Amino acid sequence: MNAIDVKNLVKRFGDRTVVDHVSMSVAEGEIVGFLGPNGSGKTTTIRMMCGLLTADEGEGTVLGYDLRTESLKIKNEVGYMTQKFSFYEDLTIAENLEFVARLYRLKPIEDHVDRTLGELGLASRRNQLAGTLSGGWKQRLALAACIMHKPRLLLLDEPTAGVDPKARREFWDEIHHLAHGGLTVLVSTHYMDEAERCHRISYISYGKLLATGTVAEVVDNAGLTTFIVEGPRLDAVTTALEGRPGVDQVAPFGATLHVVGSDATALKRALADIEKTHPGVKVRPGETSLEDVFIQFMAGSKDNMA
Amino acid sequence: MSNLFSPARLGALLTKEFIQMRRDRVTFAMMLGVPLMLLILFGFAINSDPKRLPAALLAMSNDQYTRAMVSALENTNYYRFDYIARTEAEADFLLARGDVSFVVTIPADFGKRVERGDRPQILIEADATDPSSASGAISTLGTVASQALLRARGMEAAAAESKASQLDVIAHRLYNPEGISQYNIVPGLLGVILQMTMVMMTSIALTRETERGTMENLLAMPANPLEIMLGKVLPYAGVGAVQVVVVLFAAKLLFHVPFVGGIGLLLSSILVFVLGLVLLGYTISTVSRTQMQAMQLTFFFFLPSILLSGFMFPYRGMPGWAQTLGEIFPLTHFLRIVRAVMLKGAEFPAIASEVGWLLFFVALFAGLALLRFRRTLD
Repeated sequence: MNAIDVKNLVKRFGDRTVVDHVSMSVAEGEIVGFLGPNGSGKTTTIRMMCGLLTADEGEGTVLGYDLRTESLKIKNEVGYMTQKFSFYEDLTIAENLEFVARLYRLKPIEDHVDRTLGELGLASRRNQLAGTLSGGWKQRLALAACIMHKPRLLLLDEPTAGVDPKARREFWDEIHHLAHGGLTVLVSTHYMDEAERCHRISYISYGKLLATGTVAEVVDNAGLTTFIVEGPRLDAVTTALEGRPGVDQVAPFGATLHVVGSDATALKRALADIEKTHPGVKVRPGETSLEDVFIQFMAGSKDNMA
Repeated sequence: MSNLFSPARLGALLTKEFIQMRRDRVTFAMMLGVPLMLLILFGFAINSDPKRLPAALLAMSNDQYTRAMVSALENTNYYRFDYIARTEAEADFLLARGDVSFVVTIPADFGKRVERGDRPQILIEADATDPSSASGAISTLGTVASQALLRARGMEAAAAESKASQLDVIAHRLYNPEGISQYNIVPGLLGVILQMTMVMMTSIALTRETERGTMENLLAMPANPLEIMLGKVLPYAGVGAVQVVVVLFAAKLLFHVPFVGGIGLLLSSILVFVLGLVLLGYTISTVSRTQMQAMQLTFFFFLPSILLSGFMFPYRGMPGWAQTLGEIFPLTHFLRIVRAVMLKGAEFPAIASEVGWLLFFVALFAGLALLRFRRTLD
């Protein structure tokens, strides 16, 4: 049985279709990355899955419970971590955890709270107000609170936004550790490195699911060809290449340029004279990165939010 | 599991709310301090039965009857004759300028008529721009005047017994039938203060969660609407109970308001009223999107309820449609209860229908709130 199995979810706000026939399945124990630009419908889709929004169309099951009729059962077994810190800033760390423990009727409360505080390494700061925590600690507290009731599915909405790299690394180690224990995780993110730490990814743009699969599959299926241009004065090369037929993207990556196109022959033709007209510049075939694929997706899908 | 009501989850919500309340010291202090402040301020300031009001006398003759009448009026303590007017025009002018609140006119034939046994007349003109200010002064007039007259004629014995008025007092004024006294104001203030703090605090209960972003989390967790509602309103009902105790003690100690009726009956009807108020506030918070909206709705409700409930103006003095409108405010029914029980010593049967109204409001607001509560963020 899949942890998430939803078909053709549609959500409209007024006459804007924010989520447009999105289908998704996530197997148990899997970590699935949910990617897409801002306003693409990631948060809305996640909220529909945990019962915070009702879908206008579509059907499916989460943890085997019907999305439409059994949202209370879903809430009991899902941990949902919101994009914005949404625990009580005027309660202490321990009070927040106690609140959650009692809402889920965990017994004995003290043991659950103490154990969670211990695992967080926050035992000594238990009486500190949650509002005074730094961004990284708030995120760790939120995660700890979400998994305290041992959910079978964890929905994380951009959990690492605004968190430093070390804290992000530790966060992902924790996610993988939890998934080893059988927890299913759906996590939305903007970060490519995080996408690559997922078992599978789904890419959504302007409400439509555009691609799904492992990172390698998504990159392969995109059918893009990439060349890497190295050498001096790459800004001149950028100007020369932009707008040529066959060139879809020209993007600087450190000291190199990634030139990406969906039509390999046309791209080769466009790059044919670059080494001659720009002395010292070398062109070589490169590997298409996930980011190249996403930029391509974003350019290709039209903005229906405007 | 877990659609049903769970005391454990309600406990969680209650504890959380109490902690937040305790930590928000300014609000907490306001909830306890404001009632006391308002009570002292209004209790002492609002006096709708003012004494020693300035008056002018227009006496056409100066016989013993006239003098007896003037001193009797002064003895009531309502009148203070600052001016002796010579002409009617002068008296009218004093009244128009607001230098005096009353003009007492004793006609030239007053003495003659008294002696003849004819019905003598005096005229009291009152500045009725504030109708209630004149009512006390006027209402004592009839008896005082006729007794003074009897005494002046050497008929003290008759004065002690006589109830028959031998005198026509013609009063030109608007009338305040309730004759509000301070005893009437203080119990009313209890209702107004409770209404203000209870409705206002609970009206932002949910919008505050929404604006702080905690609503999303609360809804994602397994708490049902009834638990959330009770978790929000019961702590404030608790605060209301403390307010009630504070106000009642102050009413007793500072204003010596009599407690004629049963305290148990009084407290239990106050409890019903408080429950109605917190549920009304909560209902407002289920329909407002922001704290600002909640405040606006609260005030939209607040003003008419004060003006039409009989707190500010006599209920029976209002036109029929306004009285009907007044019935939709819990404050109206509460005022009747609290005045009846505290001042008149009413028993339960006398106030049963008013308590019934309050219970109806409790059920109505609770039902509306549960109906309006959005379990989702749609």
